[in-house]
Formats: sequence, C-alpha cells, structure tokens
Amino acid sequence: MTRLRAAGLVLAAPVVAFGFALAVTLVILALARVDPLAVLGDALAYGLRPVTLVAVANKAIPYYLAGIAAAVGFHLRLFNIGIDGQYRLGAFAAAVIGAAVSLPAPLHVALVVVVAMAVGWGWAAVAGLLYVRRGVNVVISTIMLNAVASGLIAWLLSPARLAQQAAGSNNVTTATIPPSGWIPSIAIPGVEGAGAAVNGFVFVAIAVGIGYWLVLHRSTVGFEVRAMGLSGRAAKVAGIRAPRLALLTMAASGAIAGLVGLPQLLGASHRFGLDFPSGLAFTGLSVAILGRNHPLGVAFGAFAWAFIERSAQVLDLAGVSREVVTILQAVTVLAIVVAYELVRRIRARQERRYVARAVGGASGVTV
Amino acid sequence: MHRRRLARLPLALAFVAVLSACGRGTSNPSPAGPPQVHRIAIAYDISGRGDGGFNDIAYNGAKEAADALRVELKEVTAKLDDTDDDRAERLRLLASSGYDAIIAVGFTYATAIQKVAAEFPKVKFAIVDDATVTAPNVWDILFAEHEGSFLVGAAAGLKTKTTTVGFIGAVQIPLLQKFEAGFTAGVRAANPAARVQVTYLSQPPDYSGFGDPPHGKEAALGMYDNGVDIIFAAAGGSGAGVHEAAAQTDHWSIGVDADEYKLEPVNVRDHILTSMLKNSNVGTREFIGEAAGFQFTPGVHTFGLANGGVGYATSGGFVDDIKAKLDGYAADIVAGRIVVPQTP
Repeated sequence: MTRLRAAGLVLAAPVVAFGFALAVTLVILALARVDPLAVLGDALAYGLRPVTLVAVANKAIPYYLAGIAAAVGFHLRLFNIGIDGQYRLGAFAAAVIGAAVSLPAPLHVALVVVVAMAVGWGWAAVAGLLYVRRGVNVVISTIMLNAVASGLIAWLLSPARLAQQAAGSNNVTTATIPPSGWIPSIAIPGVEGAGAAVNGFVFVAIAVGIGYWLVLHRSTVGFEVRAMGLSGRAAKVAGIRAPRLALLTMAASGAIAGLVGLPQLLGASHRFGLDFPSGLAFTGLSVAILGRNHPLGVAFGAFAWAFIERSAQVLDLAGVSREVVTILQAVTVLAIVVAYELVRRIRARQERRYVARAVGGASGVTV
Repeated sequence: MHRRRLARLPLALAFVAVLSACGRGTSNPSPAGPPQVHRIAIAYDISGRGDGGFNDIAYNGAKEAADALRVELKEVTAKLDDTDDDRAERLRLLASSGYDAIIAVGFTYATAIQKVAAEFPKVKFAIVDDATVTAPNVWDILFAEHEGSFLVGAAAGLKTKTTTVGFIGAVQIPLLQKFEAGFTAGVRAANPAARVQVTYLSQPPDYSGFGDPPHGKEAALGMYDNGVDIIFAAAGGSGAGVHEAAAQTDHWSIGVDADEYKLEPVNVRDHILTSMLKNSNVGTREFIGEAAGFQFTPGVHTFGLANGGVGYATSGGFVDDIKAKLDGYAADIVAGRIVVPQTP
C-alpha cells in the first residue's frame, strides 16, 4: 500500500508540474490577447493527427538518446553539457567515413554507428580525464569542448578538406553515404500522408534504453554508479574507485551522445552539412530531468517535448509567438524540479512518521 | 455597412490593376478571375525577423506585394535544432492551411522545399539564397552579393589612407564568403597595394555572429588598432557594433543589406562610408507578382547589379567624389568586362 502510494506520488509530480506550466502558458496566451483555449485546441488537433504523431515520434528519437546520455552523467552529478559537441563531432566523423567506404548494408550501418559512438566516447573522455586528473569542472570543460568541436568541424567541413559544395548551393556538406549505409524508415499501416514513416533508428533508441537499465540495475558497474550517486563518501569507504568510475561514466555518456545525430544521418539526410541540427543537448538535459533518469521517464519526457514543439507550429499560424512554447518548456522543467523536491519531502516525512510509529509503539520515543 | 463597402471599392480597383499588370505580356490572357494567390507565407531561417537587414528587407518586399494583392502575409521562423523533416513539416502545414505562395529564406530549406513542392504542385514556392531546387512550382532566388561587395570594396580601396582595410563576416559560411570574395576583389581592383584583413565572428553551427554587436565591436576595435581604417561589416545585427567602433575611434565602416546610414544614430552614421545593398525585397516582390500572375517561370532568378538586386548606398555623400569610378566598375561588371569571384 505504501509502495503504491509512493509510486503515485512520483507519477503525480510530473503531472502537477505540467498542469502548472500549462496554466502559466494559458495566462500568457490570454495576456497576448488570443483565445487561449481555441489556440490550445488547434494545437492539440494538429498534434494528435496520426501523421503528426509519427513526426513527433521521429523528433523524439534524438531527444531520447540525448536524454539518456545526460541521465548517465546525472547519476554521478556530472552535468554533460558536451553532448552537443559529442554528437556533432560523432555524426560528422561517421558521415565522412560512412561515405568513404562501401560495405554490405548491415556492416556499413554498424560501422557508421561504431564510429559515431567511438568519437563521442573519446571526446567525452577528454572532459572526463580533465575532471579526474586535474579536477576541472565538467560543465566548464564540456562547454569549452563544444566550442572546440564547432571549430574543428567548421575547419574540416570545407571544400578544401573533407566536404564539398554543390553548384548553386550555399550549403557545404560531406559526400552522401551510399544507400547501403542508410537505415530505412518504417511505414505505419493506416497512417496516410507525406512523411508518415517512423525512422528505423527507433529500435536502436529502444535498445539503448534497455541496455541503460540493465547496466544500471544488473551489473557491478551499475551498482557502483548508483551507490556513488546515493552517497559518494559511503561508496568510497566501501572501496569503489571514484575517479575511474567518473571517467567511465563520462565516456559512456559521450558514447550514447554519439548516437544522437544518427537518426538524421542514417535515416534522413545521409550527409553532414551546415544545416545539420545542433543544440539537441539542452533538450536532452531537460528531458532527463523530466524523466528522473529513468528510461521510461526519459521516453515520456522526450515524447512530450517533441509533441509540444511539433504542435507549436500551429501557434505561428494563430499569430502567437512561438517563444510561448519555450516558456511552457522552461516552466515545466522548473515546476518539475520543485515538484520532485516536494515529493521527496513528503516521502521523507511519511517515512519518519512510519518509523516513529513503528519504534514509538515499542519504546514511546518520538523520532 | 454601406460606407465600408464604398471604402473597399478603390482597393478592389487597385487589385484588378495589379492582376492585369501581372497578366500583361502573356499570349493568352484569361479574363480577370480570382487571383492565384490567396495567402502568402514567409518561413525564415533561425535568425528570423527584426534583424534590421536581410530578413526584414525580404519581408518588406513580400508585404508590399501582399498589400497590393490585398492578401494575408504570415511569417514563421525556424529553430536551431530543426531537421529537414521539421522544415518540411513547417512548409507542409503552411501549404495545407491555404498558403499558396510560400517563401523560404535560407539554403537550409532546400531539401525540404524539394520534397514538399512535389506534394503540393498547385502551391508556388520560392527559396532564397539557393539554386539547387528544381521543380515546376519553385523559384530559386539568388543574389549576386559578390557584385555589390566588389563596389564597396572598390570604395574602400579608393578611400583607405593606411592601404589596409578589413572584412568582418558574421559566420564563416559560403554565403558570407561570397561577400568577402567580392569585397577583396574590389579592394584589389581599385588599390592593388592594399591589404585586406579578414575575420568571422563565429563558426557554424554557432550563428551568434549574426546578432552579437559587442562581439562585432570587439573585433572591429582590434582591426582598427591593427592599422585598418575601413571595415566592411557583413555581419547582420553585429554590424551595429562595428559602426560603433568606427565612430568611437574615428574610422570608416561599411554597412550591409540595408542602407545602414539611415538606420544608425546621427553620431554613428557619419562614419558609415557606404552600404552594400542586398535588395531582397525585389526578389520576394517579383516572385509573388509572378505567382499571382498568369505566367510562372520556375528556376533560378538571379538578382544582381544588372537588375537592381544589389548595389551600393550613397547616403551621407561620402562616396560622391568617387561615384563616377564606382559606377564605371558597376558598368564593367554588368557588361561582363569584370568577372567577380564568388569564393575567397
């Protein structure tokens, strides 16, 4: 019964937070002198069309991967802001190598994936090493490394080096990966319309989610990470080598981050160019917070984020600035942090009361 | 009620006039029926409206055309983490909501337009700054920025006293390197001994260089310290910082896209030698005119010196003494006697 109640509390937190953020958004919409409910209705009607939902799912895949990458770091309170640089550098390297080789389809895709993960792993390991060996704050070093990654890509992504510029185009791209290195999209039966196919990378994302849970809950390393996250000092006393674990976690976060750009690279653009999406890392951090680092929670967060953003396209047509959506998202994250903290306190109080009752019944002492 | 109807009459007349103007020159003009454009939309790249430059000018042209046709004009803006799918979905939403003339600003829309144009054959699309989309319902709008940049480069070459001039670009992308290439060629043509210092404020995917005046000022102060006496600021909103630096250190700067002399405060504008004009309004206006007319010619439409797409500004009168020379260069470019490079 208490467990059920605790679970209910945990689930109530995001719901309450969302509700609160929604209320704030409605007030802002009303202040912007539009009919908030009508706008919301339009957005929902658009967002809930099957075709749009497929698009939302596609948008959620990179968010989910970025969210899991962030969640891995969060367990050790490592704020991996560098996911952005890690996935862009990973996708860039994977695009260059993927276009340069010709292999049978499964191997080709596997090679692209491995390269992207390896580069993300290595790039994050730099920040990990700096932290472990020199005590450099991970937030600072990963932000810096993002800038270095941008510079490196900008330098290499030039017709004089690893890229090309089509005649009449202002875009600079790597060569296109041959079709053997593509991941096909999966058409959803019954859903009609342009673009109604789910990116095949969704399976990799699901596998990453399952793998993340298994490692965390069914392996020694995962146990160490959780122990370390609960109490660093206790874990150290118990003989866990904290630096090694931090480095490992950071690198693992980077390896997963390396996957973030791949739904786009393998399933859509098949090349890396100036128009390659960037800035997914921050979404990942929000989504991980929203989902409390749990693979299912992060999935929910990623989908919610994607849904909000996709539905928001309608706002432009209704004459509402889309920044309203940014406000909605920001308030959600703030509210959720507050809500989880409230839940934590309520649970702590309940536990105290429970212990007091159990112990007090015997000795008469109140705790 | 009655008065309102009367008030609409002149507008209706203007509307018919525009329609017939668009139809002129076709071999088989149909009778004035309903216009082929009912609603117009512009989809911007991440920088969006309010940049005081390119996007705003593109908007002005579309607004002018929309007003003339008495139709609605809608604007939407992209996000940094947009994928091709996101952009395509944005265009699809517009097309399926009754927008039948859609302008996408920026090469990042190329893949999306190619896809969506095929899905909505009756909707007319235009893409600005890209010439790779080929479809019967798409206009590719290109500007010969290198030609205009050549002229302001020549102005800088003629006016420099230190034989050193500077170029500050917003972001290091081919589009802006076109400005750099034209500018450098213009400087060399007018003053073979002159040196050109080049810097870009940011690297892709960091597009902050378009809207970071303090950064622009910092870069400009560095150049002025370094012997440069004229800087061409092809840097969008960051250009304001460059002009400020010019005013502060009593040097010249050169504006971009709009006639920036008219935009800056009095004490600053007197240091703006000239501006490279990129008249994106011409492109958007002409596209809508054709989309609403009876004849639509898809493909690449280049706006350069020859058709008023680019040029240089004379506000302030600081280049009046060399105007003849600059116009001479312009004539040479139009006639093909000077071929301006597009890559540095």
